[in-house]
Amino acid sequence: MITAGIDCGSQNTKAAIMKDGKVLGKALLPTEFDADLAAQRVYEIALREAGIKKEDVQRLVITGVGREIVKWGDGEINEVGAAVKGARYAISDTDTIIDMGADGCRVIRLNDDGSVMKYEVNDKCASGAGTFIEAMARALQITTEEMGDFSLRHTKELATNAQCVVFAESEVISLIHAKETREDIAYGVHMGIANRIASMIRRVGLTDHFTMIGGPGYNKGLVSCMSKVFGRDITVPEGNQFISATGAAIYAAENQ
Amino acid sequence: MIANYGYEDGSGHYYIRIDTSKCADCKDKGCISACPETLFATELDDFDDEVVLIREDARNTLQNSCSQCKASGEIELCTKACTADAIGFSW
Amino acid sequence: MVETEKKVDYWRWTESNWKNPEIPDWHGSLITAGVDIGSTSTQAVILADGVPYAYSNMRTGSNSPDSAIGAINWAMKDTGLTLEDLTYTIGTGYGRVNVPFSNKTVTEITCHARGANYIYGPTVRTILDMGGQDCKAIHCDEKGTVTSFMMNDKCAAGTGRGMEVIANLLAVRVEDIGDMSFQIDEEPAPVSSTCVIFAKSEATKLMRSGWTKEKVLAAYCHAMALRVVRLLERNGMELDFAITGGIAKNIGVTRRIESLMNIKALSPTMDTQIAGALGAALIGKELVEKKRAKENQ
Repeated sequence: MITAGIDCGSQNTKAAIMKDGKVLGKALLPTEFDADLAAQRVYEIALREAGIKKEDVQRLVITGVGREIVKWGDGEINEVGAAVKGARYAISDTDTIIDMGADGCRVIRLNDDGSVMKYEVNDKCASGAGTFIEAMARALQITTEEMGDFSLRHTKELATNAQCVVFAESEVISLIHAKETREDIAYGVHMGIANRIASMIRRVGLTDHFTMIGGPGYNKGLVSCMSKVFGRDITVPEGNQFISATGAAIYAAENQ
Repeated sequence: MIANYGYEDGSGHYYIRIDTSKCADCKDKGCISACPETLFATELDDFDDEVVLIREDARNTLQNSCSQCKASGEIELCTKACTADAIGFSW
Repeated sequence: MVETEKKVDYWRWTESNWKNPEIPDWHGSLITAGVDIGSTSTQAVILADGVPYAYSNMRTGSNSPDSAIGAINWAMKDTGLTLEDLTYTIGTGYGRVNVPFSNKTVTEITCHARGANYIYGPTVRTILDMGGQDCKAIHCDEKGTVTSFMMNDKCAAGTGRGMEVIANLLAVRVEDIGDMSFQIDEEPAPVSSTCVIFAKSEATKLMRSGWTKEKVLAAYCHAMALRVVRLLERNGMELDFAITGGIAKNIGVTRRIESLMNIKALSPTMDTQIAGALGAALIGKELVEKKRAKENQ
């Protein structure tokens, strides 16, 4: 049984090809301004990596915000459903999923059987999303990838106040002028996000097996700040950006 | 004066309303010790009355700070402690 | 020689100062001043026996005390006054503790209501102050005393800063936004995102889909007006209504607020940005008079 999943995110489009419960190929491309084109291209790259021909894929399922635009799949699944399928496949006993993307964050609490107990979404304010980290990296004149390492090298507990991306940019610049190090500022930025996510966690209830999926999962500084705030370890599965695409492919196999 | 401390962002509106004319006459100001996040503080207002307000550095994180009380589904600890009936929430 | 392209700061608004032409050479008995250090702009107002004598309106620099001194000096420039001539000075605004020559600080909410009461007259009951980094809805009585207020300074949407972000994105001078936003055939639906960052990507997408700058600005001004109307409604609306602060100068937002609420805002008789500093100077005058009256008893 060969299935595929495409996760059309606001920033990146991801694809995963699965055969009999194993991921054979995956790919990622920036969505930019044509979600449909990005989905087509990323699908082809993933197929090539898997060594699978398009006509051999029995079912393709689309997820992510762009599923309203990308209409050539055999089915679709919402973001929460795909995240749950993918996260439970990667970490079988996870009970809380933090799905952070460029434009929003979801916290999903699961029952023991893997069904959704409740979830919280914030996609109306950029303050708890990947975009926030990117904007702060720009203000610090480092890359988004460097944010994690800078933050881990912090030497003091710097607190930042601004909650809004626009105001936080000015705050970061004034902190630089005040001779704070970029390491400490990066830490302060991550602690701010962690505190905002913590309130979402509190609303769904605190559990023990956290899994973080989505792009910002690569940011070790952020993950370390979140574990500190929640007082729990957070597992970031391998290929954290592809979890929802994988979830869509699993859903495709389960629902023929 | 009705003072509303808090904010609105894309996710919703989060204001704590304090009726300072009621709390200027309140002796115990039970809200201050009742709040687990110590959001409340006293200040002499512009007319030299001692009134309760929300700490300045907490005003923009109310949704986070109040999430424990709010998630419990019970009446908020500050509202419970306020004998002057001067505290209200917008969410 | 390589010519470098000069970067235009679209967000920059014009600084100004003013001296009352009807008071060429004042010899009043009581000179009071108010200095309002906001996040974006700083104003100084000087009153001579309670009459506006001079004022200045400038951008807040990185150092608040310097901004305070800069603003008061610019206001005093053609008056012949010096700091020693100021009987009483009140600092207000978020940087109020950083006015080195002030006698007292008063919160900007109190000052704003008092200033608006002077500018617009005692019938004003609801004041909307749209500042650089915050937005306030204030209720006051006929004396300009605050009865309730609601303020939002967490989020850039609905503030001057949010408008600057869009001005920069579309490369339009912030002062031109109001007029441009009406050069459209038909009012578009408001930008759907509240968050400025999301609204920015939405605006980029709209431009790519062929919208004119004017239409995007209309959609953005509309969204900002909607948001402010929510704040006003939440705090309660009572006429008369007035708008102060920097965005009061942007008709793209103010006219849309008026049409959404189906009311008319009072027309300002002075620079709408000086309300806070003016209120501070008026409160200063009243305090000195009270004190003098007590001493004469």
